[in-house]
Amino acid sequence: MNLHEHQAKALFGQAGIPVPSGKVATTVDEAYASAQEIGLPVVIKAQVLTGGRGKAGGVKVAKTLEDVKTHAGNILGMSIKGLTVHKVLVDPASNIAQEIYLAVAMDRAAGRPVLISSSEGGVEIEQVAHDKPEAIIREHIDPLLGLHDYQTRSVASAINLPREHWRAFSEIALKLYQCYVENDAMLTEINPLVVTKEGVVMALDGKMVIDDNSLYRHKEIAAMRDLTAEDESETQARQAGIAYVKLNGQIGCMVNGAGLAMTTMDMVKLYGGEGIGPANFLDIGGGAQADKVVAALRIILSDENVKAVLINIFGGITRADEVARGMIQAYNEVKPTVPIVIRLVGTNAEEGRKIIEEANIPQLLTAATLTEAAQKAVEAAKGAK
Amino acid sequence: MAILADKNTKLIVQGITGREGRFHTKQMIEYGTNVVGGVTPGKGGEWVEGKPVFDTVKQAVEVTGANASIIFVPGPFAADAMFEAIDSGLDLVVCISDPVPLWDELKVFNYLKTNNKKTRLIGPNCPGLLTPGQAKIGIIPGMVGKPGNVGVVSKSGTLTYEVVYALSNAGLGQSTCVGIGGDPVPGTNFVEVLQMFEDDPQTEKVVLIGEIGGRAEIDAAEFIKKHMTKPVAAFIAGASAPPGTRMGHAGAIIEGGEGTAAQKAEALKAAGVRVADNPEQIPNLLK
Repeated sequence: MNLHEHQAKALFGQAGIPVPSGKVATTVDEAYASAQEIGLPVVIKAQVLTGGRGKAGGVKVAKTLEDVKTHAGNILGMSIKGLTVHKVLVDPASNIAQEIYLAVAMDRAAGRPVLISSSEGGVEIEQVAHDKPEAIIREHIDPLLGLHDYQTRSVASAINLPREHWRAFSEIALKLYQCYVENDAMLTEINPLVVTKEGVVMALDGKMVIDDNSLYRHKEIAAMRDLTAEDESETQARQAGIAYVKLNGQIGCMVNGAGLAMTTMDMVKLYGGEGIGPANFLDIGGGAQADKVVAALRIILSDENVKAVLINIFGGITRADEVARGMIQAYNEVKPTVPIVIRLVGTNAEEGRKIIEEANIPQLLTAATLTEAAQKAVEAAKGAK
Repeated sequence: MAILADKNTKLIVQGITGREGRFHTKQMIEYGTNVVGGVTPGKGGEWVEGKPVFDTVKQAVEVTGANASIIFVPGPFAADAMFEAIDSGLDLVVCISDPVPLWDELKVFNYLKTNNKKTRLIGPNCPGLLTPGQAKIGIIPGMVGKPGNVGVVSKSGTLTYEVVYALSNAGLGQSTCVGIGGDPVPGTNFVEVLQMFEDDPQTEKVVLIGEIGGRAEIDAAEFIKKHMTKPVAAFIAGASAPPGTRMGHAGAIIEGGEGTAAQKAEALKAAGVRVADNPEQIPNLLK
């Protein structure tokens, strides 16, 4: 789960990292009042869960209160990479002398968190990695021992930070790591960490990604989820315990297991060619009980782009004939109007197919292989156009 | 031979009195796995499927002589169960639990590595192992496999069943099928299992099933190129997945343009691996 800049900076602030004393505003009037309170100049920053806000015109400096009105008016309601801006952060502007990159991330291959820093702050780290990889300094952290003081000093030295700022830098790095650990983060990033002309080191921006698997022990963070940033169907799916990601294609997919769900999407794309693709990723989990199939089918069909549905279920411990009965029940409850291709494989797959064929519902088609199922679904979607 | 588990493996089930634990204990016993007991704190003295239940792993090991455990406890308690199994000196621990917080996994992973523990951990968030005809330690449906000489290693669950089933139907039996799980930091990675298959006399060919996210398949490709003499076929799931979005598994996410299916397929092909763009092609690639 990704946090907004203002949420990440609030958590940084609680951990003792210096952050600007900004305020969140949802209307132009609120932004105006905040700017008055904070004092000019201020920076108005779009709060959307994507990078490239600056390039899209979502970050503006306001030197006058008139500017505040203009910029807040332009930014609120703006769409950045398909996401509507509902909130802005009004931060006091800083006199920047130096911009640094500082993050704690997860190094999957090493199986350890890693402190990453660069003297090239303020630009996307992927860009730095591409253009100037030697400017990125990495220091792995033993999760059982934590981040050592000396490691933060060696990073400060490696990025050529002036010595007078080492103490402040080390403290921020240690607190950033603490923030990473205490909140079960997968990424805590400050970009840029600035040294101001007054000699203060502080986090001007903030990004945090929280491990979804740990949200059960962070109720306060789970409550920060921005439901406006996701599709309503995704919210419904999460509440039903179904893993669902909305995509832009025409064939709705319902599968048990994440790997098989991705593969089913891949087959739709492989046989769909130009113009036909998967409408979603959906993993209904083990069992494929009727009530879950009903919920999944409703979620898939709430997407108006869906012209056909492909259901691919591996019957292992749950037998395919039981799954087939569940499918018929779900069909009768949901009454879909688009064609549905069902492919059952595994234990009692033959019996399962027979149950579906004998139900004699013209919209329900069966397939024996994944290839055949994908081809049939593509045909059905093309026919429906 | 086979790897990791065979008919001599003496297994205990952690979380044996829970719904999942009870169900799969029955399934494993029916398959022929040598289940010798189980553990649920506070339920020592009970019996499940004719097997004794103990309060602690240590007691279970002392009484039954178990050398392996399978964990079915809920995700929030999985790390504790893994630590208990590791500290009890078991050779093999398979953790089915899902979801497990990444931080918990990291602690267990680093505890194993930095203390040179002998325990081999598979998972968490994995379907476990199947050595056809001998032992099933996990939730892979027994009917999918049949004994033979193909080693299968995968990040997935049902996709693995699908591929193994297709192999069996094509007359290609398996030595062992290993589901390492789809989390970002699995207890055992592709390279470690590939090494075991390379060393196993029974295994003649290998199937690797990967997916988007991370670089485990790239590392596998490098290993295959340098160290493997046995032929490998592969499939990478997620060619159609968008970047920056987690696709079900915690590890299945393309980040900063890294970890795409195309990059992985290319690295594997460069290592001489036959890569399928449709998993149903895999049996043909092994013939």
